[in-house]
Amino acid sequence: MTPEHTDDSDVRYLLRGVRPLGGDPVDVLVAGGVIDAVAAQLPAGRVAGARVVDGAGLVALPGLVDLHTHLREPGREDAETVETGSRAAALGGFTAVHAMANTAPVADTAGVVEQVWRLGREAGWVDVRPVGAVTVGLRGERLAELGAMADSAAGVRVFSDDGHCVWDPVLMRRALEYVKAFDGVIAQHAQEPRLTDGAQMHEGTVSAVLGLTGWPAVAEESIIARDVLLAGHVGSRLHVCHVSTAGSVDIVRWAKARGVRVTAEVTPHHLLLTHEEVRSYDPVFKVNPPLRSPDDVHALREALADGTIDVVATDHAPHPVEDKDCEWAVAAMGMTGLETALSVVQATMVDTGLLDWAGVADRMSAAPARIGRVIGQGRPLAVGEPAHLTLVDPAARRLIDPSAMATLGRNSPYRGRELPGRVVATFLAGRPTVLDGALVTSEAVSL
Amino acid sequence: MRHLLSAADLDVVAAVEVLDVADRMAATQQREIKKLPTLRGRTVVNLFYEDSTRTRISFEAAAKRLSADVINFSAKGSSVSKGESLKDTALTLEAMGADAVVVRHSASGAPHRLATAGWIRGAVVNAGDGTHEHPTQALLDAFTLRRHLVGHEATGADLAGRRVAVVGDVLHSRVARSNVLLLHTLGAHVTLVAPPTLLPVGVEAWPCTTSYDLDGVLRGDLGDLDAVMMLRVQAERMNAAYFPSVREYSRRYGLDARRVGLLPDHAVVMHPGPMNRGLEISADAADAPRSTIVEQVANGVAVRMAVLYLLLSGAPEAVGEPLPAKELVR
Repeated sequence: MTPEHTDDSDVRYLLRGVRPLGGDPVDVLVAGGVIDAVAAQLPAGRVAGARVVDGAGLVALPGLVDLHTHLREPGREDAETVETGSRAAALGGFTAVHAMANTAPVADTAGVVEQVWRLGREAGWVDVRPVGAVTVGLRGERLAELGAMADSAAGVRVFSDDGHCVWDPVLMRRALEYVKAFDGVIAQHAQEPRLTDGAQMHEGTVSAVLGLTGWPAVAEESIIARDVLLAGHVGSRLHVCHVSTAGSVDIVRWAKARGVRVTAEVTPHHLLLTHEEVRSYDPVFKVNPPLRSPDDVHALREALADGTIDVVATDHAPHPVEDKDCEWAVAAMGMTGLETALSVVQATMVDTGLLDWAGVADRMSAAPARIGRVIGQGRPLAVGEPAHLTLVDPAARRLIDPSAMATLGRNSPYRGRELPGRVVATFLAGRPTVLDGALVTSEAVSL
Repeated sequence: MRHLLSAADLDVVAAVEVLDVADRMAATQQREIKKLPTLRGRTVVNLFYEDSTRTRISFEAAAKRLSADVINFSAKGSSVSKGESLKDTALTLEAMGADAVVVRHSASGAPHRLATAGWIRGAVVNAGDGTHEHPTQALLDAFTLRRHLVGHEATGADLAGRRVAVVGDVLHSRVARSNVLLLHTLGAHVTLVAPPTLLPVGVEAWPCTTSYDLDGVLRGDLGDLDAVMMLRVQAERMNAAYFPSVREYSRRYGLDARRVGLLPDHAVVMHPGPMNRGLEISADAADAPRSTIVEQVANGVAVRMAVLYLLLSGAPEAVGEPLPAKELVR
C-alpha cells in the first residue's frame, strides 16, 4: 500500500471554497504540483476536468513541517517504521518531518542518513529529512562526520544528539562553529546530566508528594543559558529542542534581544498537559523533558504567541506497548504526537485567541521549514508555489483513540480526550496523501 | 476502602476506624488462641520486590491470624529475576485467585499501577513503594501514639492538637510522607526536621512545618512535642553529598541522651526501624523507657490485621465470616 504516485501532471484538484490561513473562502486549483490558480470563484472553463474537493468551512494551511520526529527506523521497527511514521505524519497534516538521529545504528554517518532519506522517498507520504547526530554514537565524545552528512543525498542541515545533551562545552562550541560551513544548525537537547541523574518527573510540588526523583527546571535552563552565550560568541545558529520551562523562555527571549541566532521549539504536550497528570502514575505521561507546572504551560503559550518560541515540534516518540505497560520508573520516556499536534495547537493557541491561523501556519510550517532549510516547504499559499497543503476542519471535534492511529505507537497521552479540529486533506507537491481524513492508497484509488 | 495505596486515601473517619478496629484486634492477640476465623478461604499474596523481612512477617502474621491463606512471592528465586514484568506477575496472581496483594516495591507508584491498570481485581495494599509511601507504617505509628497519648480506652479518638517531630532523611522517606499525611488528617501538627539537602523541593506545600534546628524543635520552640520520630539514614545517601560526613550528620540531627532530655516528660521516642544505632539514634535514646520502638513492631500486626479485615471482609463476595460482633466489642 503505497500512496497514489501520479506522475501525470494532468490530474488537477479544485479545492472549492477553502479559507487560506482562515481568511475569506476561495477556490484553489492545484495542477502540475503547484498552486495553479487562486480566486474567489474560478470560472468553469478553468477548472473543467479537475477533481473537486469540497472545502466549505475548511482552513487551508501550508503543509506542516515537523522539526522533531522519532521514526525509530533503522533498529526499532517494532516501535515505528519510516512507512508507518510518515503515514501518521500525513494524517496529521504534515508534508515534511525531521527524523531524529537516535536510531540503531545511530544516524551519524552519510550511509545511515541516506538510508533513512531513501526509505522516506520510497514511502512517499511526506518529505523525510534525516537529522544527523552531532557526536559519534550520541556519546558526546567526538564530532560525527557532519560535513559528509551535509553533502550526502540526504542534504542534512539539522544536527542533534536528541535524547542526550551535548554536555561538553568545548564540543558544543566546535559543533556550532563547524556547521556554519554548510549553513547547518545544532538542535540541542538541553539537559544538564548530573542535575537529572535518575530523574523521573518535573521537580516540584507533585514530585515531592509522589516520591519520584525530580528533573529540575534549572537543568534545562542552565544548558540553554550556556548555549546561547556560546552561539553568540561564535555567531552560529542554535536551535533549542522542546523548551519546557518559563525560565527557558526568559533566557531565549533575552538572547534574541541581544541578537543571538537562536530558535526554539515547544511540543504540543508541553502546551496542554502539566505534572498533575503524573499523579496517576500512568507512564503514558512520562516524557523527557517532563510535563511541567501550570505556570510553565502558561509561559510557553505566551512565548509561542509572541514569537519567542519559533515553532511547534511534535517530539513524536512511539514506544511498544510493553515499554509503557509497567511501573513508572522502568517505563520509556516519550509520547506520540503527529496525529494530534494540530488539534492540540488549535485547542491551546487558536481557540484561546493567542494565535490566528496565519500564526499557526508560521509556527508549524514556515518557521520550521526555514530553520531546517527545507526547500520548497513552508511557502505562502500563492500561485506558482509548490502545492504542499493541509486542509483542516476547525469545527470538528474528535475523541482520541490511539488504537485507530496510523503510528505503531499506542502511547498517546490524549487517549479518551476530546480535541478540536480534524485534518481533512493533505497534499504533497500537488498529490493528495490524505483525502476525507483517510490515507490515499493505491488500493483506495482503484476502488 | 477498596485499596490502601496512600495515607491520603483515608479521611479522618476512616483513619479512626482503622485505629479502632486495630484496638480490638490487639485485644484478641492477648488471648491464648490468637487466631480468628474472619478471612478463612481468602488468599493474601505478599508480593515483595524488596527485601523487608520485618514488614513481610508482620503482614504474614496479620493475615494468618485472620485465617487467610498466605502466599509469599519474593523477587528472589521467582521469575522476577528472569525479567518478568510487573504486569505478567500481576496476571499470574490474578489467575491464582489473589483476594489481596500486599506489595513492596522499589518503584514509587508500583502499587498504584497494580490497583488501577486493570491487571488484577483484588485489593492492593501498599507495603512501601520507593520513596513514595508506606501507609500501614503511618497507621501503626498513629496507633502507637494514640495508645500513649490518649490511653487504651481511646476508641473514636483522633490526635487533635498533638505535636510530632519527624527527623532525618525526609527526601527519600516513604515513612515520612505517609506520616505527614495521616497525622495531619488525625489533627496533629507535624514538624519535619532535616538538613536542607534532605527535604524535597515542594515540601512547602505539605501540611506541616519544617525546621533545620533539631535542638530548637526538641526544646519546644514551635510548641511542646508529644513525640519525636527518627528516620533511618540509608547507607547510599552518605556518598552522595547530602551531608559532609556521618559524624556531622549525627552531631546535628542524631538523637542522643542529651537531646532526649530536652523533651517534655510525657513525649515518646519513635523509629520505624531498622535503626542505625550511633547514627540517627544513640543506644541510650533507642533503649530509653520512653522509646516505643519495640512496641511499634507489635502494633504493626494489629494494624495490618485491621487493614486486611476492612479491605476483605466488607466485600460482597467475601467467603470468610465477618469478625463476630461480640468478639469485636468484648
